[in-house]
Amino acid sequence: MSDVDVLHDAFPKLVDDYQDALYRFALRLTANPQDAEDIAQDAFVRAYRWLEAHGFRSVDTKPWLYRVTLNVFRNRVRKARLATAALEDALELPDGPAEQPSTLAERGETRAELAKVLGRLPLRYREAIVLRHVEELSYPEIAAVLERPQGTIKSDVHRGLELLRAALAPVREEVLA
Amino acid sequence: MTEAQVIEGLEALREVKAPPNVRGGVLLRTGLADAYFPLETPLGTLYVAHNQHGLSAVLYASRPEEFEMMFKAELGRPAIAQPAPRRLADTLREWLRGDRRRKLRFDLRALGEFQRAVLFKALEIPYGQIRPYSWIAREIGRPKAVRAVGTALAHNPIPLFIPCHRVVRSDGRLGQYSLIGPEAKRRVLEAEGVRLEELERLAESGVRYVGSATTRIFCFPTCRYNKTLSERHRVAFASEAQARAAGFRPCKVCRPAA
Repeated sequence: MSDVDVLHDAFPKLVDDYQDALYRFALRLTANPQDAEDIAQDAFVRAYRWLEAHGFRSVDTKPWLYRVTLNVFRNRVRKARLATAALEDALELPDGPAEQPSTLAERGETRAELAKVLGRLPLRYREAIVLRHVEELSYPEIAAVLERPQGTIKSDVHRGLELLRAALAPVREEVLA
Repeated sequence: MTEAQVIEGLEALREVKAPPNVRGGVLLRTGLADAYFPLETPLGTLYVAHNQHGLSAVLYASRPEEFEMMFKAELGRPAIAQPAPRRLADTLREWLRGDRRRKLRFDLRALGEFQRAVLFKALEIPYGQIRPYSWIAREIGRPKAVRAVGTALAHNPIPLFIPCHRVVRSDGRLGQYSLIGPEAKRRVLEAEGVRLEELERLAESGVRYVGSATTRIFCFPTCRYNKTLSERHRVAFASEAQARAAGFRPCKVCRPAA
């Protein structure tokens, strides 16, 4: 069996194993299902082309696939091809305690709200939070994906969680009440 | 709200499944699967599969699921139902009407040299005409391989568009047909306007070639140069030797002899 035949056999399995993870990763970064679908597809196609050229042996599959997906996402942000504005300065905090409970209740489900707020977090924190608390990667894995030191990532996750708490506080209290 | 609650909320965001388009799109774009769609033809609904190299299969199946199973068994990769690309669907319908001005590409990568030569030669046979198996064998430089030509055509992965139905036995019988069955071969040829009963009568009376007394050229009976031939000038021959003995030479278009 040639390398190409091995790839033809193995790749569909790779897609089966990682499609949910990469789609979810892209969805939580973009908060847009169509963008997420496009990004996940592009990432797998890129991965395939790379494996075709270089073979299977030399990669640590999981962090590598996340990194490919992240690069596709970042390229799209740079080219502003995303339906949602995924820009550093796009974080808008809700109006805070002054907002009335009735209007807060109309915001609907907390999970959707969390996904939306997450999608507006500055990229640096968004990427770290999604990898750590949605994808549940270990810090060494995240360091391999983001190519940043683990210490930096830990502080980004911490800071990101604080921003989320602040943004969600008024909504969440109402829903839980 | 506490950090623990936020983390709990984030964990709940895990409950997502990729839509089927992700897997399908990836397999199609990497060539690990082919797209397919149903197509109305003179033989009813057939299924047409294609990829970046061109058409890869035309099969008869009673249901899409059956087609998918047949495709997988024969080509070793899945076929995924997709809307027909408009330009391709138009071109296919034109070809079925005999208009082959627009190019069609065929994915024949899995086939051997010999079978490819046979199929490309079959593509040269014009709409509404027929040629014997031995003609293909001679034209591709393998005059003794008549039986192998039959086998190669019987395994034509793209029937109807690579017109294996236009290749018949020298004795006038139609011979085998892989798509649905021998009766289908008759239906396709009749849909192309081939007058089969007339040809069968000719074959039964031993006629293999038809010549023109004025030009002294002999042709296969369905060659387009015979269409304008008047009854008065028509000469029938049972063999190449007989035609040559009468001072006739073979037609350069249908090439009934070397």
